[in-house]
Amino acid sequence: MLETFRALAEPNRLQIVELLLAGPRPVGDMVDELGLRQPQVSKHLRVLSEAGLVDVRVDAQRRIYALRPAPLQELEAWLERYRRIWESNFQRLDALLDHMKAKEKKQVRKKPQTKR
Amino acid sequence: MTNAGNLKLTTRGDREIVMTRTFDAPRNLVFDAFTKPELVRQWLLGPPGWSMPVCEIDLRVGGTYRYVWRKAGAPDMGMGGVYREVLVPERIVASEKFDQAWYPGEAIGTLVLLEQAGKTTVTQTVLYESQEARDGILKSGMEQGVAASYGRLAELLSRGLEKGASKS
Repeated sequence: MLETFRALAEPNRLQIVELLLAGPRPVGDMVDELGLRQPQVSKHLRVLSEAGLVDVRVDAQRRIYALRPAPLQELEAWLERYRRIWESNFQRLDALLDHMKAKEKKQVRKKPQTKR
Repeated sequence: MTNAGNLKLTTRGDREIVMTRTFDAPRNLVFDAFTKPELVRQWLLGPPGWSMPVCEIDLRVGGTYRYVWRKAGAPDMGMGGVYREVLVPERIVASEKFDQAWYPGEAIGTLVLLEQAGKTTVTQTVLYESQEARDGILKSGMEQGVAASYGRLAELLSRGLEKGASKS
């Protein structure tokens, strides 16, 4: 997963992944959309490919890139796990705060009586 | 739980991770729940099966805190740090470092509590100080560059992952 993170850390590469989420594309297409030069885009695609994030197939003269779902799914699972750990902490805290509020109310109700 | 799901995980700059959550309770109670050991150890537990046998808090500037989590069959997990700012009941800044730190150097945690109409919004920020720390976070899976586009990434993953990737 470390490699996935590294590969996606670069904004242009993340943008390439976003483009490919809509479906496979030839390199030329992405060059136009990203506003980068072809060698740059190819370099980014090579990094993404080495990280297992994209596959390439050759169709006539065109190189067509597509996302590979596995590393992204792993990453998504990790984000979800992190979120879930904190959410379960905070749900316990919700319950604790409810308990604390109820206790405080009781004390407030008691106080005037003890003063009299 | 009524609040379930309102946890927000975002980023600021390239070294900060920001987590926001609203609680249906006044600020002084939420502050207590974050700073009194007998309360903290009731909820700050992580995944199922973990307990918090050590929770020491000396809440003053220069004071330290120490947390240890335990689960049968797993090594203890500990962390601690030193308080740098303490403003009851609204703001705490403290250093933080895990015992089995996957990164050298420290991180700085900031806790801010805002109350509005009886509800309290808690914002927890972790700032990774050094280059080494940032590189280390990479190993823990929370790398700075991804952090920069973290929220966006999570969103795009959940939105388009199956749709786009399965076409390959």
